Amino acid sequence: MKRVVITGQGTVNALGMNVPDTLEAMREGQCGIGPLEIRDVDRLAIQIGGQVKGYDPGAEFNRQQIVLYDRFTQFTLLSAREAIAQSGLNFIGDLAARSGVVLGNSGGGMNTLDENYRTVYEAGKNRVHPFVVPKLMNNAAASHVSMEFNLKGPTFTVATACASSNHAMGQAFQFIRSGMAEVMITGGSESMLCFGGVKAWEGLRVMSKDACRPFSANRNGMVQGEGAAIFVFEEYEHAKARGAEIIAEVIGFAMTSDAADIVMPSKQNAARTMELAMRDAGVNPEEVGYINAHGTGTAANDKTECAAVADALGHHANDLMISSTKSMHGHLIGGTGAVELLACTMALKDRVIAPTIGYEEPDPECALDVVPNTARDAEVDVVLSNAFAFGGLNAVLALRRV
Amino acid sequence: MAESVKDKVIAIIAEQAVLEPSDVKDDASLEDLGIDSLGLVEAIFAIEETFDISVPFNANEPEKSEFDVSSISAIVSAVEKLIAEQSGS
Repeated sequence: MKRVVITGQGTVNALGMNVPDTLEAMREGQCGIGPLEIRDVDRLAIQIGGQVKGYDPGAEFNRQQIVLYDRFTQFTLLSAREAIAQSGLNFIGDLAARSGVVLGNSGGGMNTLDENYRTVYEAGKNRVHPFVVPKLMNNAAASHVSMEFNLKGPTFTVATACASSNHAMGQAFQFIRSGMAEVMITGGSESMLCFGGVKAWEGLRVMSKDACRPFSANRNGMVQGEGAAIFVFEEYEHAKARGAEIIAEVIGFAMTSDAADIVMPSKQNAARTMELAMRDAGVNPEEVGYINAHGTGTAANDKTECAAVADALGHHANDLMISSTKSMHGHLIGGTGAVELLACTMALKDRVIAPTIGYEEPDPECALDVVPNTARDAEVDVVLSNAFAFGGLNAVLALRRV
Repeated sequence: MAESVKDKVIAIIAEQAVLEPSDVKDDASLEDLGIDSLGLVEAIFAIEETFDISVPFNANEPEKSEFDVSSISAIVSAVEKLIAEQSGS
């Protein structure tokens, strides 16, 4: 089996318009969650989110591109440009044929849907712009990355709700590991902070009106975010031969299904997925220094996840660190695992553990070291990144310091 | 004086082709102007919005459509005809 390393990373999210700014915000424990600035926000019960603010599409894309790129595609392309520039790769000839794009996304072009439903239902018009379909389709972002960078290998989009990005990155990892691809552009994006997108989540009654406080006893729900993170996964010998800077190594992946409930998480299967990821990576629980939690800030997820970590890691669960960066950037749904992988590469490369901010009261059901409120310097060599999605779909990645 | 139908159609085509309106000649074809099929459907959308008309056009068989897109002057004539047919309806 081939080894897989990360040689580039890029992002746009509520914490920053690039990786350095995002990591700086994570180190400082900054909160990117604030009042939503969207149309009809006064009709929403939930009026906060991890929104990307101060972003001008016109500064990044021309008119022809903007009419074709939904916000989730724009975030994806900006992140891909940063990641691919860092990798130094140029996709031509055989490398282009053996490189692809697998991205996670859940809602597709929700802003495009929202705007055009308004046109036909609210404004009563009988005509919509001809690009509605190519703009809103879930695979639009992956296709535009493929087109902009000439990537001609396996390219598609994975939609598994909040685990989409982890599933996508797991696929990318397996393609390179098996020899099917040389380089994969992977990660994910989401942009559903529009009236309809937030209203739908509101209906489920799992959203917080004030803050995302994972693992804190007074937590009262999740907060949505938006943005993207994109990584360049590359076959190790290929990266080494060209002298690329290696950010971290991807060493394992596992995915399972609860086969039980459409929304309630399962401790047993969350634990099983972490165990399978460690087995796939060939590491013992004692080697895991940090877990980037799914940590949504809901009552159900956080206690279930902590119990699952205790089951999967055994006694060592008390010695490792686990944090949820959703407290800072919000829950990016289909893009969340990608932005959270940045906290994992920061832990391995920079040896800084991103904190769980908003932590106010210990919860006996979440009695792990959740790195409350302040980032920590720590020498960790192996990390796990958890994603446990609605639909009972679990995906866990394992990474190692290089 | 209000812009003529021709001026408005040429402005729409010019924007799509990223050209100055003065560079859009009557006898030019869409191909001459570098407008592809996606550009054409967007231009038709803009024409429908501007003149509040419905343009009969199927991108699968443009040559069989009642709406003649063979040249700029053909498009202008077709739009004028549709306005006359659909006004006051």
